[in-house]
Amino acid sequence: MTKPIAQFINVGERTNVAGSAKFKKLIFEENYEEAVTVARHQVEGGAQIIDINMDDAMLDAEDTIERFLKLIAAEPDISRVPVMIDSSKWSVIETGLKCVQGKAVVNSISLKEGKEPFVEQAKRIMRYGAAVVVMAFDEQGQADTIERKFEICKRSYDVLVNEVGFPPEDIIFDPNIFAVATGIEEHNNYGVDFIEATRLIKTHLPYAKVSGGVSNISFSFRGNNPVREAMHSVFLYHAIKAGMDMGIVNAGQLTVYSDIPDELRERVEDVILNRRDDATERLLDVADEYRGLIKERKEDLSWREEPVAKRIEHALVKGINDFIEEDAEEARQQFARPIQVIEGPLMDGMNVVGDLFGSGEMFLPQVVKSARVMKQAVNYLQPFIEDEKEEGSKAKGKIIMATVKGDVHDIGKNIVGVVLQCNNFEVIDMGVMVPWADILKAANDHDADMIGLSGLITPSLDEMVTVATEMERKGMDMPLLIGGATTSKVHTAVKIAPTYTGPITHVLDASRAVGVASTLVSEDLKAGFVTNTKAEYADILEKRLAKPKADRLVSIEAARENKAMPDFEAFTPVKPSFLGTKVFEDYPLEDLVERIDWTPFFRTWELAGSFPAILEDEVVGESATSLYADAQAMLKQIVDEKWLTAKGVIGFWPANSEGDDIKLYTGDNRGEELSTIHCLRQQVSKRAGRTNDCLSDFIAPVGSKPDYMGGFAVTAGHGIDEHVERYKAAHDDYNEIMLKALADRLAEAFAERMHERVRKEFWAYARDENLTNKELIQERYQGIRPAPGYPACPDHSEKPELFRLLNAQEETGIELTDSFAMMPTASVSGYYFAHPEVRYFGVGKVGKDQVEDYVERRDSDIETIERWIRPNLGY
Amino acid sequence: MSIVTETLTKLAKERILIMDGAMGTMIQKEGLEEADYRGERFKDYHLDLKGNNDLLVITKPDVIAKIHGEFLAAGADIIETDTFNATSVSMADYDMQSLAKEINVEGAKLARRVADEWTAKTPEKPRFVAGSIGPMNQSLSVSPDVNNPGYRSVTFDEVAAAYKEQVEGLIEGGVDIILIETVFDTLNSKAAIFATEEVFEEKGVRLPVMLSCTITDMSGRNLSGQTIEAYWNSVRHAKPWSIGLNCAFGAEQLRPHAVTISDIADTLVCVYPNAGLPNEMGEYDETPEITGGLLGGWAEEGLLNITGGCCGTTPDHIVAIAKAAEGKAPRKVPVFEPVMKLSGIDPVKINCMEPVE
Repeated sequence: MTKPIAQFINVGERTNVAGSAKFKKLIFEENYEEAVTVARHQVEGGAQIIDINMDDAMLDAEDTIERFLKLIAAEPDISRVPVMIDSSKWSVIETGLKCVQGKAVVNSISLKEGKEPFVEQAKRIMRYGAAVVVMAFDEQGQADTIERKFEICKRSYDVLVNEVGFPPEDIIFDPNIFAVATGIEEHNNYGVDFIEATRLIKTHLPYAKVSGGVSNISFSFRGNNPVREAMHSVFLYHAIKAGMDMGIVNAGQLTVYSDIPDELRERVEDVILNRRDDATERLLDVADEYRGLIKERKEDLSWREEPVAKRIEHALVKGINDFIEEDAEEARQQFARPIQVIEGPLMDGMNVVGDLFGSGEMFLPQVVKSARVMKQAVNYLQPFIEDEKEEGSKAKGKIIMATVKGDVHDIGKNIVGVVLQCNNFEVIDMGVMVPWADILKAANDHDADMIGLSGLITPSLDEMVTVATEMERKGMDMPLLIGGATTSKVHTAVKIAPTYTGPITHVLDASRAVGVASTLVSEDLKAGFVTNTKAEYADILEKRLAKPKADRLVSIEAARENKAMPDFEAFTPVKPSFLGTKVFEDYPLEDLVERIDWTPFFRTWELAGSFPAILEDEVVGESATSLYADAQAMLKQIVDEKWLTAKGVIGFWPANSEGDDIKLYTGDNRGEELSTIHCLRQQVSKRAGRTNDCLSDFIAPVGSKPDYMGGFAVTAGHGIDEHVERYKAAHDDYNEIMLKALADRLAEAFAERMHERVRKEFWAYARDENLTNKELIQERYQGIRPAPGYPACPDHSEKPELFRLLNAQEETGIELTDSFAMMPTASVSGYYFAHPEVRYFGVGKVGKDQVEDYVERRDSDIETIERWIRPNLGY
Repeated sequence: MSIVTETLTKLAKERILIMDGAMGTMIQKEGLEEADYRGERFKDYHLDLKGNNDLLVITKPDVIAKIHGEFLAAGADIIETDTFNATSVSMADYDMQSLAKEINVEGAKLARRVADEWTAKTPEKPRFVAGSIGPMNQSLSVSPDVNNPGYRSVTFDEVAAAYKEQVEGLIEGGVDIILIETVFDTLNSKAAIFATEEVFEEKGVRLPVMLSCTITDMSGRNLSGQTIEAYWNSVRHAKPWSIGLNCAFGAEQLRPHAVTISDIADTLVCVYPNAGLPNEMGEYDETPEITGGLLGGWAEEGLLNITGGCCGTTPDHIVAIAKAAEGKAPRKVPVFEPVMKLSGIDPVKINCMEPVE
């Protein structure tokens, strides 16, 4: 590259929860040790400054950034470089500034909220001794043209240098890099706008610097890394010449300018510099030629030249089922007996898959595809095997799998089942809502080697304890495996393990299942593993018991004293457009597709990262892109062919709070009570300035003002069974899991879309809301929709009352199980709260005093309530 | 600019200014006993007080006044208040958090009085009082628990609040200068700077600020790991009247770092070393002639604007240092083009990219 690039300052971007899926996962798992390693790798990789960002709706960004900065302060090989404290929240920035001894950079402040806070923040930054990134953003919005960019930067500069006395050399402007080649004509000049604004800033604002987030420019080519890298290089080539000093760049994602093929460089340059009207079309015309993936696929057919065993292995590893029957037939003719095809090339291929998965080189969606190929091959060979009346090949071990009674969620269990089958285990899948007696009976009848239990909702934890207790009573000693979203090693150790003397182990995810199951059927390894696990769990239990649990809890009275005090003086609750319920018979699916939040979809497949960044992820990007393409194709069929029917009901009621309860009334005169919603309050000791929240705090108290509350139940799961059966019959786990995962996403999207309409249309307290999908996912709106059984109101047993109020079962066909799980599973229900200050929170641990009080209010008994909120018990 | 700053700055242009020597080792020589530390007021106090040197400004003001006087007689232009540890955080060792403010007020008044007496005596040589602010006994950058590197025993806000109280007391007692010295943890000193700025803003005054770092190993880093240049980048925003080094080493060992700070600082440089390295008994035995000789050499090279002594230096050392500095031209303060200078524990300079074409 040209000489100036050597001077260009590379800001590391991987320690950013919004930018790196891997880092976010580590932070969410509180795996700080590994998270610190990410920072170290960046510095080792040449980052001269590291950007640290912990902004995420689900994180306490202040606590997290403080913790992380203090940890890296102890690592001289990281703390040798300055940090960039990156947050959109001033309080987070200030927390960060209090943790760094070096001179840091704040990213960012702007005139967005006007001059006054801008000046105030700049003064504080000076007092802490930091440089600052200033966004080209003012009261009118983000600058997009050259003129606006320069005008805002100049105004910011004048205020900072002349009024605040900020050193000009400590100012870095970010004049906003936006995506080009989006197909929208107004966007075509965005590259030039940035470059020319940079030139103006560098010429007219002495000592100030220019920075930017480079990857934004190529956003419309996501999925096509070669073109994106070329765009980044070309853009930087010109921006640096214009004076750009630094940027947030993934150094690994840059090609050398002169190495870009001539044709591509010319067309990219046309786009970046907006040199011709048809620049975007011309780049699109050639873009696919440079896309690594497609090139690879074209070349790929050469594997058909290989011997059949190799071809089978290739088909399994790549998950290609186009030729599998043909290859199975060819192999069958080569072997004396058809069973040998399974025992030979097919099992060999699956072993390769198992190894690659174990070593982290393959990911779950690919493995499930491999399993589909395997099953189809076995299915093809089955009639030949039966003709010869051969015995099936000997499995490594036999495992009974079940989602426990009261719970209907089975995606995770099915994935584990597939992965185990890939590894030559015989899986006897008993389905969902399986009573303990059936599980035990099946285990005995099949002479199983182990039992695997799964569950997603919190009451399932208790049910698992029941299964273990019954196994103990029967004198069984079969290993018991525990898995599912709400389960944990600690819960297993503390609650389940003590009830069962046989081997018991928690399995974190599908990738661990094979290792655990294989160990448990190994004569050499089993004893050691069982002993170690027992010792480990006993240790956890002991520590748990030793820890005085209630120390961090305050009394319920003290918690109530410190309740959230949202402003009810200035705020007048809006009356919804109707009171009572409204039913949506057959909601158009098309309306939901664009509201899908894809990030959890990838999480289902054990691919960590946020969408769309995950498609570009260094590690899982390719796998994610392919999965996403398959999902889009199926989604189109679901909508076009109406595989699923979406139904929903919403309701609004006059409401006022009374302590921790919310009273609902039959009419707006509030004469007759319709129902009472019982809420739980945070009881953990809070630091100064933080309140002990309870949902009822956000409803106006009885006798103050008329207030309202809403509820909803929506489903996108009707009709799914028929298609699930179809995939089951075709031995197609991949598509079965895909369909269930998509139905779940559609239900969530339905809840999201309905919430939006409630805000704008039905309750209509935020008529003018205008948010992008990303902002919606980030929950930038007013009001929340918490669900019974989830953090803000953790008691699942409040759900029947919500269903009664909505008449939900009749109107939507959603049924509740014994444990209050919803059927179909692709359903969502919850409450609506509208106060501008209401926010999602977790109730967390509660004390016995509150539980006793709650039992009284609910008119229930302590055992029942403790059962439903067991994970929240802090005693 | 206040009149004091103006006078000080004018004097610093004319000659090398002289600070006093060690307070701690001078007090040691007085052979004070527990009863002396307690005085009448704390005679029934529930903890041992011997060693709480800052408390002496209340219980033995005459001793402290005498030491100030001896240093002024030796030729010091600037004396330091006996308030090095007088923050509520450090005073907690004696359960005397509530006395922090009072000690600062009294310590400042005491030094003020003695300095004013000498200014009256030698009007051609006005004397100044620097309010001494030490590093505290707790660190914001380093975990006290080796197994838990993310742990800190104290928060930035607590440290800043304690320093704020100290600065308020010192200003109330009448100091001319705020001296944040013996900085072994840069973040502590940033909290002190933050607090000082807050007090300045609230009181509508601005005193000259002197910053002085302590290097704790031969590689030239302070305890929190920063090089002297990284430290300078971290604290430049205080726009200090002087920057420099004190304590830890004798002049011999400190020299290379004094050269560094002299090269990079576009403000006055102040270095006041110990009387050599302590011997096996923990005593400093570098003679006044040696210390004076070394610092005289530095002055010759143009490294110094202000100098004096730290641990182990006596009035005799100050006489020798003042004599060695006499008649030597003070260091010229360089002027640099503004450049962004950041730091981790190492310094980073970020040059401005010029537009081409």
